[in-house]
Amino acid sequence: MARDRRILAGVAGLGLIGLLIGGAFAGLAFEAARDWSGAAAAFDAYLVRVAGFTLWQATLSTLLSVAPAILVARALARHPAFPGRGLVLKLFLVPLALPAIVAAMGVLALLGRAGLFADPLTALTGSRWQGIYGLSGILVAHVFFNLPLAARLLLQALEAVPADQWRLAAQLGMGASASFRLIEWPALRAALPGVAGLVFMLCVTSFTIVLTLGGGPAATTLEVAIYQALRFDFDPARAVALTALQIALTAAAVLFLLRLGADMAGDASLPVAPRRPAVAGAAERVVNAAIILAALLFVAGPLAAVTVSGLRADLARLAREPAVHAATLTSLVLALCAALLCVALSLALAAARRALEMKRPRTARPSLLERMLDTGAGFVLVVPPIVVGAGWFVALRGTGQVFAAAPVMVIAVNAVMAMPFAIRAIRPAWDAASARHERLAAQLGITGLARLRLIDWPSIRRPAFTALAFAMALSLGDLGVIALFGSDSVQTLPYLLLARMGSYRTMDAAGLALILGAVCLALTMLAERGRAAR
Amino acid sequence: MRINPSILVAATLALAAAPAAAQDKLTVYTYDSFTAEWGPGPAVEKAFEAECGCDLEFVAVADGVALLNRLRLEGKGTRADIVLGLDTNLTFEARQTGLFAPHGVTLDRVSVPGGWDDDTFVPYDYGYFAFVYDSEAIETPPASLRELVEAGPEEKIVIQDPRTSTPGLGLLLWVKAVYGDEAAGAWARLKDKVLTVTPGWSEAYGLFTSGEAAMVLSYTTSPAYHEIAEGSTRYKAAGFAKGHYLQVEVAARTLRGADNPLAQKFLDFMTTPAFQDAIPEANWMFPAGETSGPLDPAFDGLVKPERTLALDAEEVAENRQAWIDEWLAAMSR
Repeated sequence: MARDRRILAGVAGLGLIGLLIGGAFAGLAFEAARDWSGAAAAFDAYLVRVAGFTLWQATLSTLLSVAPAILVARALARHPAFPGRGLVLKLFLVPLALPAIVAAMGVLALLGRAGLFADPLTALTGSRWQGIYGLSGILVAHVFFNLPLAARLLLQALEAVPADQWRLAAQLGMGASASFRLIEWPALRAALPGVAGLVFMLCVTSFTIVLTLGGGPAATTLEVAIYQALRFDFDPARAVALTALQIALTAAAVLFLLRLGADMAGDASLPVAPRRPAVAGAAERVVNAAIILAALLFVAGPLAAVTVSGLRADLARLAREPAVHAATLTSLVLALCAALLCVALSLALAAARRALEMKRPRTARPSLLERMLDTGAGFVLVVPPIVVGAGWFVALRGTGQVFAAAPVMVIAVNAVMAMPFAIRAIRPAWDAASARHERLAAQLGITGLARLRLIDWPSIRRPAFTALAFAMALSLGDLGVIALFGSDSVQTLPYLLLARMGSYRTMDAAGLALILGAVCLALTMLAERGRAAR
Repeated sequence: MRINPSILVAATLALAAAPAAAQDKLTVYTYDSFTAEWGPGPAVEKAFEAECGCDLEFVAVADGVALLNRLRLEGKGTRADIVLGLDTNLTFEARQTGLFAPHGVTLDRVSVPGGWDDDTFVPYDYGYFAFVYDSEAIETPPASLRELVEAGPEEKIVIQDPRTSTPGLGLLLWVKAVYGDEAAGAWARLKDKVLTVTPGWSEAYGLFTSGEAAMVLSYTTSPAYHEIAEGSTRYKAAGFAKGHYLQVEVAARTLRGADNPLAQKFLDFMTTPAFQDAIPEANWMFPAGETSGPLDPAFDGLVKPERTLALDAEEVAENRQAWIDEWLAAMSR
């Protein structure tokens, strides 16, 4: 019985995602029904080139983000007591909360034509350094966003490995390579397709970074074409067709990634060992420290640039402005609501997927529903926010309450948009806990909420709080859906930042970017405290 | 499934609250830099409310294009009485929607370069696109668009994408107005000079002020902001002898607004000093009507184009896609 209830909850969660995207599509399709000609006209040679570039840059960005992230996650996992480890993990969440243009300016402050490294690079290359515009600029910015994200998610997978395995490895005297092959790689391999798929989807939909750092319209993604179709040309039919294409292409890529992965066999024994001991030798310690340091510098560099330019702003005045107070409060409330909703939905989906997995014979292929519960939520990421916003605007306009609906929409969309991250963080731990506790719970007859509280929660509270931190960071930085709903109804910090930037107040914008980063860091610290506390 | 109950409550309340329909209320849709606390909105609201004894409500969206889209999506059910903030490149398409009513006010008090004669749209300010440069990095700026195009690629410029940005579209039309059928060739020459093409004005101007490029596509009025608000004369606009492309911002009343007497009152008010006084130093554009006093001297020092370039709104609407394709082809090579 309990099992079925879990599946029902998951299906309901999936239904909400479907409703959010389906409703938007229905709204736009209704608007497009007047004239479908734009849909067919969208497919021309230009589109083929744009689609090609979109996939090419997303593939490269994913490779460059995820491959180093494996090393970083492994290094972090093997040194639980690395000095400053907690701060590194928190810093790794900050890029998620930054609007793309702020991150782009951070990267340019170092590698731009007038960046910190422009003179050495000029000396090195022998000609005036023209800035990192073009494909390389896009890749650097994408890696800045996604390497820390991938590293944290992979670390989560490694931390779900039962402590006993590590103890056994230490007792057997396994070296670094043996424990990687036998313990770490299986865990990483199970998580990699999902993480790579997530990064891929984020890069497919990149917009501001691709245009700003791409150097010219040769660097154009499908997202730009969708935006143009809906905004300048107001052609809902073309926007719907292009979005469908974007989803189809991404689905193909993600399915391909899934075939590369493997499901990890659960470990049904109960953990008896305490948190695992460090197992690295001296030489490995040095290498791992170098890896962590390199990743930290890569992420901290642009963040430091953002901080430096933020400190030049009149922070004292900004901190006194009522508009800033209101925006900060709005951002906090929205982020918190969205994050709680997101974690609840993600738990429901993870639990339902696991329940389905246990129902089928081990050798049987997972059903479509089971796959959807795992990766389905991810496709929310490739539906452009402007499509969700415009679609729901059309759907809601009849009610006359579009303005009042704005905060609800923002929370729902942010919660669902953060789910792919949250599920990646929660699922490995949930599955591992389930593998260990299922029989015990059945024997003791503990079900429902009692089981969640007594048995499952202790194992998943760490990833659940990580997911909460992810979701809050993401929601803090979001801008997308607000645009069409009337910007004055939901004034968030990123919105205020762009508004200042759009009216010559660049210094204010830099100061607000710093405040946004600080708020994100503070929220992450709170979430991590919850994660550690017992 | 667990859903935060407060969301359900909020949603229910939102749907239950009936729209308050007050007689003496005017709803104006505009862009958000107009209603920002530093924009002209607050002063305009105060002045008009004092004059009419009514309630003026602004609803803000991102920019002029979003404004037109918003109206298209809402159609006849819109709450807007007035739409304020379309520009001359959008008026043709705006008229096509059939959602606007004739303004019914006298245009005697407004004057914009090239004159104005339109029964639907009333201009409230105007500006010229210009390349703004950093005088600490450039001593002699180009003196015409041709000079800019033909100068070598050493000095970089930042421009905006015509597919996503109003100034970007403005430059596209500017080049078209100057070069006509040879525009593609001009873009091919300009390509290597373009450091990058940003999605909007903010990103481009941010790159410019952070020193990435010494020149950016903006407005002739941009230096006035730096002089008045920051006391700096470092950034200047390059005056182009053969003229600058003009942008006129307009307002109009909707069909709904035609039934609200306050709408015509507002359009009339818009042409008076009470409204126009708020434009120069809050919207950073030139007022289309008389102000109660002379403008800040910083405005006198600005580039004054001897010739005004502007293409017909209908021509722009019909050719925009073809011209953007031409731009894409030249710039992607």
